[in-house]
Amino acid sequence: MIPFKILKALAAPINQDNIDTDQILPARFLMMPRDQRYGTYLFRDLRQDNNGLKIPDFFLNQKKFAEAQIIVAGRNFGCGSSREGAVFTLVDSGFRSVIAPSFGDIFYNNSFNNGLLPVVLPETLVKKLQQFLINEATPEITIDLETQQVFCEATSLAKFDIDPHRRERLLKGLDMIDYTQQFREAINRYENDYLADKKWL
Amino acid sequence: MTKPKTLLDKIWERHEITINPAGQSLLFIDRHFCHELSFHAFNMLEKRKIRVRHPSRTIAVADHYTPTTGEKASDFKSSDRFELYNTLKKNALNHDLDFLGLGDQRRGIIHVIGPEQGFSLPGTIIVCGDSHTATHGALGALAFGIGASDVSHVLATQTLWQPKPKKMRVILKGSRPPYVSAKDIILSIICHIGAAGGTGHVIEYAGPIISSLSIEERLTVCNMSIEAGARAGMIAPDETTYNWIQGRPHAPKNDTWREALIAWTQLGTDEGAVFDKEHEIDGQLITPMVTWGTSPEDALPITGHVPDPLKETNIDKRANLERKLDYMGLKPGTSLEDITVDNVFIGSCTNSRIEDLREAAAVAKGRAACVRAIVVPGSGLIKKQAENEGLDRIFIEAGFDWRPAAGCSMCVGVNGDLVSPRQRCVSTSNRNFRGRQGPDARTHLTGPAMAAAAAVTGKLTDVRSLRRN
Ligand code: SF4
Repeated sequence: MIPFKILKALAAPINQDNIDTDQILPARFLMMPRDQRYGTYLFRDLRQDNNGLKIPDFFLNQKKFAEAQIIVAGRNFGCGSSREGAVFTLVDSGFRSVIAPSFGDIFYNNSFNNGLLPVVLPETLVKKLQQFLINEATPEITIDLETQQVFCEATSLAKFDIDPHRRERLLKGLDMIDYTQQFREAINRYENDYLADKKWL
Repeated sequence: MTKPKTLLDKIWERHEITINPAGQSLLFIDRHFCHELSFHAFNMLEKRKIRVRHPSRTIAVADHYTPTTGEKASDFKSSDRFELYNTLKKNALNHDLDFLGLGDQRRGIIHVIGPEQGFSLPGTIIVCGDSHTATHGALGALAFGIGASDVSHVLATQTLWQPKPKKMRVILKGSRPPYVSAKDIILSIICHIGAAGGTGHVIEYAGPIISSLSIEERLTVCNMSIEAGARAGMIAPDETTYNWIQGRPHAPKNDTWREALIAWTQLGTDEGAVFDKEHEIDGQLITPMVTWGTSPEDALPITGHVPDPLKETNIDKRANLERKLDYMGLKPGTSLEDITVDNVFIGSCTNSRIEDLREAAAVAKGRAACVRAIVVPGSGLIKKQAENEGLDRIFIEAGFDWRPAAGCSMCVGVNGDLVSPRQRCVSTSNRNFRGRQGPDARTHLTGPAMAAAAAVTGKLTDVRSLRRN
């Protein structure tokens, strides 16, 4: 996994709440093996109409945002199913971070397993940031995971909270199975005790 | 005296192997379910040449991509779906996992068969690569959905790192009005707290109405915790729970049953335990519900009207509402009961259990469906029981399409049971997202009796008016 430290990149606003995982990656694409290009199907049904024609209003279809690596979205982004494909498709399309007032819990969790940083900011700041992105000709922002800050131009817009373990995982690009193997003895000890106590399990 | 604890605290503490310096807990996972989309996780293991640590703690079940028209290979709607099925089978055999495949009566939707088989038990931690794993919390377990990377972690280590979630309690006071189903209860709760209301929390449902629910009904309530934004939902186990579990294939027996009972009776939330958030809802006010929009929080009593964007003063909200109505093809102010429908789907991990089928059959009996209506039992065993009770005859005589094989079906449509673009479907499932039942499909969520009522009238219908006749 590529470590995440500082990201200075173009950002795009999605001014909608409850963007669910069916919208990020419709269920009909879930059968694809991981090595296929998940990015092709990102926001498939928001991006194209039934005839495969681009919907011009959608942010990714606008030239200014075509190269964005950050999404600034509404409340409850990634709610819905547990499909990690929703994160695969964002990452494969070049996105490294999503900023929103809140996230679907499983999506939030899955992000860290793929080097995608979800940033929670208060709704008022998210709105402000979205307006900034719409107004700017080059809508660029910076996210610094080390100092936990989001910058607009050179000024710090906000500090964000993040669980220290998850932060470390991203900073180091840590593999979770390798990490857990270090606790093998504790797991063995626990299992012996637990299963002696709960024989029906 | 020790500090009073919640049901969640007790399960959490008993499963905590260690806590790392950053404060995350390494939890032991008792039970795990795989389905066709678990292939990502198996591929991750394969790459690293890791074997499954505890094969007896995982069950593999084909449910999402399986056909509902029969149990044969030729029933699959496409060869790639059959291939996905075979991949699951191959991975299960390769790792010595119990596999519930075609032709096995125990096969069905994971969240239906886990409890049915007694594999999901009180006091356990249960995970699956599926968000509706929350369902199993109805038995007094901590059950939650995870993504593919975490599935591979569980297969490899039988553990997961988790930060402790916040605790929410939703208390339903009073008693349940007639014709109010478990689905109406959970839709009302979601309406009350919002689709993101439970974010970061595990919800414990409590109060007299919850205690009076059957296990089938509790499973329906916990199922949709995820639609309230919560990671999991749970209900403290009680006599109803123990009676329901006893004698099921994986349930403890004899001495271990007695030991298990002693442990389970201590799981309930202690008097005085503190929650991060509490909601109290007056059960008397709950009425039959239906969703009109594209989020489960867009629910209203069936007697209501489609909301009017012009009455919304916040411009973002107004635009949002307009988008929803445009997608759903609805006019502001329309009486919900005037909305005509094209399809009815009775099934899914929310409402495909025997009680749901009985409720729907009671409405269908002696009436005739005037739109396409399909009924898909949640498991092979439920199908068998329904047929023993003659429910299949009632449905068939009323012109419903009684499907001979269990599975997720039209809930998500990935097996090919789809709603056509711009068609309207009354569905007993849990999600009304855009495109959920197929591109441009319009979904209205209801309970099983209301779905059957819509099938026989061709429009959204207040089941109370039909049942009273
Ligand atoms: S029935 Fe629907 S919600 Fe339930 S597991 Fe299947 S697809 Fe998911």
